[in-house]
Amino acid sequence: MSDIAIRCVGLSKRYRIGQTEGYRTLRDVISETAAAPFRWLRKTSSSNGNVNPAVESITPAVNSIWALNDVSFEINRGDVVGIIGRNGAGKSTLLKVLSRITKPTRGYADINGRVGSLLEVGTGFHPELTGRENIYLNGAILGIRKAEIERKFDEIVAFAEVEQFIDTPVKRYSSGMYVRLAFAVAAHMETEILLVDEVLAVGDAQFQKKCFSKMSQIRNQGKTIVLVSHNMAAVRSICNQGLHLQHGRAVLQADVNQVIDAYLARTEEAEGPMEVETENFVVNEVLIESSSSPILKTFAPCEIRVRFQPKIDVGDPGVYIGFLTNELHRLAGLDLKDFTSLPPLRAGQSAEIGFSVESLPFLAGSYQVEVHLKDMSRPLIERVPRYYRFDVAETPVYGGRHLGSWFGNVGLTATPIARLG
Amino acid sequence: MASIVEQAQPLDLSHDSEATRVFRIEPTKGWTAVGLRELWQYRELLYFLTWRDIKVRYKQTALGAAWAIIQPFFMMVVFSLFFGRLARVPSDGIPYPVFSFCALLPWQLFAHALTESSNSLVGNQNLITKVYFPRLVIPMAAVLGGLIDFLIAFAILLLLMLYYGIVPGWAIVTLPGFLLLAIGTALGVGLWLSALNVQYRDVRYTINFLVQFWLFATPVAYPSSLIPEKWRALYGLNPMAGVVEGFRWALLGKSEPPGMMLWVSVAVVVLLLLGGLYYFRRMEQEFADVV
Repeated sequence: MSDIAIRCVGLSKRYRIGQTEGYRTLRDVISETAAAPFRWLRKTSSSNGNVNPAVESITPAVNSIWALNDVSFEINRGDVVGIIGRNGAGKSTLLKVLSRITKPTRGYADINGRVGSLLEVGTGFHPELTGRENIYLNGAILGIRKAEIERKFDEIVAFAEVEQFIDTPVKRYSSGMYVRLAFAVAAHMETEILLVDEVLAVGDAQFQKKCFSKMSQIRNQGKTIVLVSHNMAAVRSICNQGLHLQHGRAVLQADVNQVIDAYLARTEEAEGPMEVETENFVVNEVLIESSSSPILKTFAPCEIRVRFQPKIDVGDPGVYIGFLTNELHRLAGLDLKDFTSLPPLRAGQSAEIGFSVESLPFLAGSYQVEVHLKDMSRPLIERVPRYYRFDVAETPVYGGRHLGSWFGNVGLTATPIARLG
Repeated sequence: MASIVEQAQPLDLSHDSEATRVFRIEPTKGWTAVGLRELWQYRELLYFLTWRDIKVRYKQTALGAAWAIIQPFFMMVVFSLFFGRLARVPSDGIPYPVFSFCALLPWQLFAHALTESSNSLVGNQNLITKVYFPRLVIPMAAVLGGLIDFLIAFAILLLLMLYYGIVPGWAIVTLPGFLLLAIGTALGVGLWLSALNVQYRDVRYTINFLVQFWLFATPVAYPSSLIPEKWRALYGLNPMAGVVEGFRWALLGKSEPPGMMLWVSVAVVVLLLLGGLYYFRRMEQEFADVV
């Protein structure tokens, strides 16, 4: 046991779906309690006769989902484990159970060592308090002793680069400063096991680099880290182990590259093979990436390129790229012919064409890309028969708070106007 | 030097008492222990949350901490005018302003603590869903946050006593006991209501009503000597009755010491607190999922 930091055995967590939608009021309980005898009567009377389906459907069935379902794994001391999986696979629930925020429904987990968890940057920050005060408060919330904070205070402030504003209420901070300070406090936790949810996707590129090097530093101190991220590049560079969750089950735990490759292969299985053919084109790959950062961020530049080979000679090659929501509502589209015209391509010649986007307008979330390949000289338009998924990470827009569905999918560059009479 | 110490520490830790450091996370059913030891480990968090509540309370107010004085003071003025002057409510031979102010202090502490603690879990749901710590810390901090206000207003009471020439006797040494009783009552009820509030938001609307009702059931504006002797012990079922009469006895000295009534109050508080603690601990496991 001494080399094992975390051991989960049959860990399961059930959520009732109905309950997550708001809370029950006393009225609900009273009416349910009052209805109970009638339900019982109905049940006993229907047990000797036929069940009346109309009556039965009145009583709502308690729907539940297993966010974690019989998850078992071991994590050795000093391992850095990346948990990957699609949204709703149970990654965050697993971290919540391991950090004792919520209890498992079944199974157990043995934790060997002090646990620090960072599920959200800046939990408990109070806008009215100054940076200095928030460091102590946030430290206490994260379980860092006052003496420890005092010892590391200067280091934290320097890391966050907020020296000048340390006695200013954080409500006057820019979102970048806020996030930097919050991460700085959390990064100085002295625990043997660190649980980190998707929090590395905050701040600008430079600060992200700093976060990554801090994580590497923590790793090099021999601490155990469990990291949830959608950012495969980050997981590959920080982690040595990977754990793939799917629908609440642990699918694979192995070397990080192996797990990521298997995960990506599986994702393709679900979404279709990477290489697809149309009548006259072979599409090898559609790449959407940022040149400056490992993840896609709102209002940051990115590139989208289609790598393909025509099966025939193409006189006037072209491409249309459509950006869609997950529900396949079209958000934007780009057609190369509106920008430039390209020289002809021979059959079998490989080409990579696409666009460099100056500022990606989409808010955090996952999106789909649709591709049409063309030969305008014939004319010929062929739709590639699959969608390509990409994710925009949670990035600070409009001051940095989490944006709900009211804000749609597209970010606007805006400044407030107030003309007060 | 510092960096060497820091690097050495985790290594040291990893070698001491291997077996006892393994913590098992598993489902718990039904009643669990109160976990006082863990609460003690998180005493710094209790301190900082209390400190936050105090610090934030009067931010961006023009009068600031003066509110701690204004509220009970004006209630005292209103009480003195309507109950003391017009209704001629007896005050056990004590000048009515001191009589009511002395009762208003623990009352305000209690009412504030009760309201704040009942809403505390819902108000701190961002903490509950993102970080682990013993949840008891939250309502406790909410209760303790009112102590500063109490101390400020207490200074005014001393001035008032000076003005009326009232000198407390030896009984003043029992005052911390009565203060503890007031805090215990607020925490006991606050634990129940805060845990209930997580499940049923109805509680939020009940609290104002409850506090008002409780004020009339407590001898703040009138002396408990108005209650017939034989009902006095029963009256103690309201622990705040014991607290308020205890305050008057300890500070003003002129009322008779609260006898049987006080012991009934103490018993009720102990029951409320123990029941509240266990109920809270039982519901605690679902807080993060339900809140």
